[in-house]
Amino acid sequence: MKARQQRFALIVIGLAILGLATTLILNALEGNLSYFFSPTEVAEGKAPQDHVFRLGGMVQKGSVQRAEGDLTVNFVVTDHNKTMKVAYTGILPDLFDEGQGVIAQGKLGPDNTFIADEVLAKHDENYMPPEVAAAMSEGEKARLQGTAQ
Amino acid sequence: MIPELGQITLALALALAIVQGVFPLIGAQRGIASWVALAKPAANLQTLALLAAFGLLTYSFLVHDFSVAYVANNSNTNLPVEYLVSAVWGAHEGSLLLWALILGIWSSAVTLFSRSVPAVMTARVIGVMGLVSIGFLLFMIITSNPFDRMVPAAVEGRDLNPLLQDPGLIFHPPLLYMGYVGFVVPFAFAIAAMLGGRLDAAWARWSRPWTNVAWLFLTLGITLGSWWAYYELGWGGWWFWDPVENASFLPWLVGTALMHSLAVTEKRGAFKAWTVLLAIFAFSLSLLGTFLVRSGVLTSVHAFASDPERGVFILAFLVAVVGASLLLYAVRANDIKSSVRFEMLSRETGLLMNNVILLVAAIAILLGTLYPLISDALQLGKVSVGRQYFDPVFMVLMLPLLALVGVGSMARWKRDSGERLWRKLRTPLIAALVLAVIWVLAFTPEVYLMALVGLSLALWVLTSTFAAIRDRLQPHGNWRHIPRGFWGMVLGHLGISVFVIGVTLTSIYSTEKDIRLVPGESYQLGDYSFEFKGVQTIDGPNYTAYRGHVIATRDGELVSDMHPEKRTYLVQKMPMTEAAIDAGLTRDLFVALGEDLGKNAWSLRVYHKPFVRWLWLGALIMSIGALLAATDRRYRVLARRSAATDANTAQAKA
Repeated sequence: MKARQQRFALIVIGLAILGLATTLILNALEGNLSYFFSPTEVAEGKAPQDHVFRLGGMVQKGSVQRAEGDLTVNFVVTDHNKTMKVAYTGILPDLFDEGQGVIAQGKLGPDNTFIADEVLAKHDENYMPPEVAAAMSEGEKARLQGTAQ
Repeated sequence: MIPELGQITLALALALAIVQGVFPLIGAQRGIASWVALAKPAANLQTLALLAAFGLLTYSFLVHDFSVAYVANNSNTNLPVEYLVSAVWGAHEGSLLLWALILGIWSSAVTLFSRSVPAVMTARVIGVMGLVSIGFLLFMIITSNPFDRMVPAAVEGRDLNPLLQDPGLIFHPPLLYMGYVGFVVPFAFAIAAMLGGRLDAAWARWSRPWTNVAWLFLTLGITLGSWWAYYELGWGGWWFWDPVENASFLPWLVGTALMHSLAVTEKRGAFKAWTVLLAIFAFSLSLLGTFLVRSGVLTSVHAFASDPERGVFILAFLVAVVGASLLLYAVRANDIKSSVRFEMLSRETGLLMNNVILLVAAIAILLGTLYPLISDALQLGKVSVGRQYFDPVFMVLMLPLLALVGVGSMARWKRDSGERLWRKLRTPLIAALVLAVIWVLAFTPEVYLMALVGLSLALWVLTSTFAAIRDRLQPHGNWRHIPRGFWGMVLGHLGISVFVIGVTLTSIYSTEKDIRLVPGESYQLGDYSFEFKGVQTIDGPNYTAYRGHVIATRDGELVSDMHPEKRTYLVQKMPMTEAAIDAGLTRDLFVALGEDLGKNAWSLRVYHKPFVRWLWLGALIMSIGALLAATDRRYRVLARRSAATDANTAQAKA
């Protein structure tokens, strides 16, 4: 093979690999995104019925209930407008508390309960994840509009 | 008085950075020798000023000067003294000061170890580092000044975030920053070489040891962070694909590519333009990492309460640095031609493929990390990208890279024959496959295809590296003729092998369980039985804790007495899990205390993690490899020879 042909072959192979990699990566990204919804958005039916998503808001005060005998915890997530029941089995992160912001990942279960398989931890008590902060202020707005009407 | 002195030292450092960033660069371009000569003293004085500032801030912590807002927010009179010192870089303002100081230290290191480099080149390198320093010092002084006073002064400090009260924090950020900031040196060398229009083998040779050392620190920093997260966060994981972890991993990937492409540029004079681009990317990704960590735009476990204004500043700085570098690159690209030819089957091709794969991996991770930001900005919805994306994508990309390691390090420069390679590599290949099959069949509880693939590749890296040593020994059979740089490569690749063994076994064969136990009850996890003896309360210096007692046994024999704790720190009222870990070379047992469930019952999390230590061990071996490569004799000879030449010319002139 001549040098020029060889370089050409190298470039073609390189581009083919790059193209393949891009396709695979974008496919993987498309299939594995997990969207964030607030309780209001879930109530409006925006959340997927059979796909994993993230639910965020504030843990309603007085709503945390533990089951006897196993590690199931039930609590309610609110954005001050709508609420959503959440069930989780396992150990909660250290900074999980009533009246604190929370993000849970999971799927919608029967009777409108969110079955969480992960409750996300954070490093700092005063830190509010940006999407939860946005959800809370949206929820507040929606509630005020609701009362005005 | 002390904080005001701190302000003055910061202002002084900024003034010196301006001198360092402006005069040497102009002097080098216009040939003004006295301006060129300013580079070294300006850089060293700036480092001194920053050291003074750092010392003053440390002093304010040690004397509990709660009139300084940063001190009041991040320490407390009850904080143990070692954490008073590490609290200096425990939050935003102080970690920026550390960043600036480390940049100063790197600049001073360049002034010390650049005797082999022409004065004009050194002046340009130091000048570029001065410009970077101006940006960071401005950022610190304008948006995040660690010496800002608080009126009225606080009576008592709000204490350091309890998560950070750990020996890991003392070393993790400084090491990581040494790595991050260290990539400024190859970056500055690349910019300086473009400014001077001289991109030759000498430039690559100067850059190589610096790149290795920066990479070494970054590797240690990431490893320590991973280990810290494993034992301190109580989650038992070692990598979470958290945006901030990714931010440190991106410069690592590109830095690894840079190390390999610099080898080609130095030895063969090829890939010049590409190497320059990688040097720019590696440092830009370090800056991007700083931006992601410090702006709080991404949801991350590292995200502490943060200020968006700061994000805008760093973003502007990032755009300026990347924009200016790429502009210079575009102007000079035509001059940077590599006219060296090589054939399809050669070490050059192997290293090119290494670079392509590492870069594609970096782009894939960058995409996953930034996608939530892009999606939010385009109003496509708030999304998050988790390990369901990162794990498979990264793994698929790494498989061919691992397969390539053996071939690439055996292949000859310029041209090789498939027949020769096959003759050299068939034994290692067969050995790796046989050993992997034996390992999976005999020493693992269950046969998984992925375990077979992972172990085969890891062992292939191992056996082919040994074959490369044998090949290298062949003509003379003399160990002493092998340069240290070669041993650097060997250890680097052996580290990869050990790391991959660890990752494969721990991710496939780990078992974990969240359980509810009352005192006296046991839980059987695989071969191990965990008996819960109960919980008592204890008092620490600045916390109270529940201390559990769990006895791990195997076949009735005691393995470990474990004491997991659940601490509540007094000032921030923050609960913290301190896991109990029984570490071993082939497995870790890990117990974390959950919550009090009432009626004496507690929730506990137990793990059995085979070979988890191997990942950190592998990373450590890689770092030693980088150290060996950086201290290769030829760099030292280069320095000595040119020192001698300098002395000769000086004599001749006299």
